[in-house]
Amino acid sequence: MTSEISVEQVWNYLKDVKDPEVPVLTVVDLGIIRNVELNGTECLVTITPTYTGCPAMRVIENDIIERLSKEGLRTEVKTTLSPAWTTDWITQDGRDKLEGYGIAPPQDEVDKSVLFAEPTVVPCPLCKSKNTRLVSQFGSTACKAHYQCNDCKEPFDYFKCLK
Amino acid sequence: MTKPKALFEYLIRHADDTLILGQRLSEWCGHGPILEEDIALTNIALDLIGQATELYEYAAQVENKGRTADDLAFLRLEREYKNVLLVEQKNGDFGKTIVRQFLFDNFQLLNYTQLLNSSDAQVAAIAEKSLKEVKYHLKHSSEWVIRLGDGTEESHQRIQESVDDLMRFVEELFFQNEVNELLQEDKLIGDCEEFKQQFHQNVNNVLTEATLTIPDIKYHQKGGRKGIHSEHMGFLLAEMQYMQRTYPGMQW
Ligand SMILES: [Zn+2]
Repeated sequence: MTSEISVEQVWNYLKDVKDPEVPVLTVVDLGIIRNVELNGTECLVTITPTYTGCPAMRVIENDIIERLSKEGLRTEVKTTLSPAWTTDWITQDGRDKLEGYGIAPPQDEVDKSVLFAEPTVVPCPLCKSKNTRLVSQFGSTACKAHYQCNDCKEPFDYFKCLK
Repeated sequence: MTKPKALFEYLIRHADDTLILGQRLSEWCGHGPILEEDIALTNIALDLIGQATELYEYAAQVENKGRTADDLAFLRLEREYKNVLLVEQKNGDFGKTIVRQFLFDNFQLLNYTQLLNSSDAQVAAIAEKSLKEVKYHLKHSSEWVIRLGDGTEESHQRIQESVDDLMRFVEELFFQNEVNELLQEDKLIGDCEEFKQQFHQNVNNVLTEATLTIPDIKYHQKGGRKGIHSEHMGFLLAEMQYMQRTYPGMQW
């Protein structure tokens, strides 16, 4: 190695690692990187899963190791469950990218009673109309719900709020 | 019994509950009544299997005998599985699957909430993570109980039959023995009797809203927590374990 790599640089390299299921988001945008520790060329990255069964986590782990190996770093990825990930950790940048990609970003909502709450108003990522309806609480991946716009008729994914 | 043994047993019970129910739900893949529900049920299955993974991994660590989470999930015998009978019951029609899920979600919600206070940091962390998922599952199952119960004459009648059939398995969710007592001494877990009344109240509220009758159960069916399963379990395990039994150590 020619020069020492800093922790900030590692964070920058991690911005090249994409969520395999939502490839517009980086793992940094997603807020799942909890910590980066460096000791010479040894690196320890701590991540937290979005959902316990999320099949993307293993892929992400390997992608992180592979990306950092290009910088000559030997990386270990550790998973921690607590504090549990919430959609609040998705960065503003990440939210903008999601919307641009056609996925409605999580809407901030207070954690009302679980049952019988009115579904959240989710603006259409295409025409911005607020006249949309929940089709199903469950979507194409664990983190998404399925909505449709009543105005432009666009069916779209909503990155559901997890708190 | 030592405390690590008790903790192992406790983790296995709940890991088995989530794994077996996850396996049952995944049988719906490609068979859901509508596409959205096909996706919903398999999403819930995925969450449950994810929770099982966390619980088995911690159990393997507590046991410290070199067994992995996969060994625990796929290479035990029927009698070694400690899941409640409720979760191994066959899917039946969509309504029956929903009732089974609804009862289990209600239990998980209260049990995980209690475990947030566990003196064991890993148990508390698993509870915190899983609870967020369970809230979604419960919302989904409750809405369907109401929709089907307060739906057409046929949907009402069919889901009522499922409620009548499955309520006898509820009492086993609250099974406790010396394992629980030992762990309660150190506040690793709480006493589930404390939320039993709340459970029944929550369940009854939704069933009432769904215009369903709450059956009066005279005989509670139990056995799973002691490894004595219903006739359905062997078939489920045969399918679930097939790959690892036929090609030991197989990976992809
Ligand atoms: Zn629209």
